[in-house]
Amino acid sequence: MNTTSNERGDTRRALIVKATRLALGAGFCSILGESAGATPDMMREAIGKLVGSSPVNEGRVTLDIPPLVENGNTVPLTVAVESPMTEADHVTAIHIFNEKNPQPYVIAAHFGPRAGKAAFATRAKLSDSQRIIAIARMSDGSFWMAGADVIVTIAACVEMNE
Amino acid sequence: MARALINVPAHAKKGDIIEIKALISHPMESGYRVGMNGTIIPRDIIHVFTCDYNGVEIFRADFSQAVAANPFMSFHTIATESGKLVFRWSGDKDFEATETAEIIVE
Repeated sequence: MNTTSNERGDTRRALIVKATRLALGAGFCSILGESAGATPDMMREAIGKLVGSSPVNEGRVTLDIPPLVENGNTVPLTVAVESPMTEADHVTAIHIFNEKNPQPYVIAAHFGPRAGKAAFATRAKLSDSQRIIAIARMSDGSFWMAGADVIVTIAACVEMNE
Repeated sequence: MARALINVPAHAKKGDIIEIKALISHPMESGYRVGMNGTIIPRDIIHVFTCDYNGVEIFRADFSQAVAANPFMSFHTIATESGKLVFRWSGDKDFEATETAEIIVE
């Protein structure tokens, strides 16, 4: 009995949230985004494909992304990984994942010891407020990660918006 | 031909870590947007960006739909010798672009 009423409450809450978003004028974007969007599960699956059964350690990776962005169409992001970048010990790749875009990948950058520094910067498109995860693969096969939450006020819409 | 902007220091000391910036004009159309006539605008993105330093690949990036239009990349390399940096982008609709930059290492 309790569960049923809770479920009902949840649906009503979701409806109210959607109605509010519509009222705010951002509704069109959000609803489309929700139906076409990836889910945190899709991101976990994509990460699973990369790391397999290896553990992913927290740390060594710095993901620099503004916590609040106005325009989801161009979100600057910088990633740096602590590494001596020698032949024996370097970062081989940095992968960026997102939670709620229509697909979970953002970019994968591949490095060698000649990079000197395991860092790069680019600009991403984000369709919703979400968590971004950076995972670095080291030459010894270990994985390190960092995450950051971003609030997006104007999403990179999936419909025509110009 | 897509316009590309490359920023590589003209001179560097041997062993220095230099920053390289590359930007190319490209719509990076995600393939998730609906156009004016109600049909999906087909995907048109760059898939791979590479940078070769005197013939050796020093950086590669795989782009997805979530890379912003006019993709910008900033990365680093160790200045080893004078020579040429070659930047290549390739993607949907047989998109290919190449740009070069010279560097003098003392």
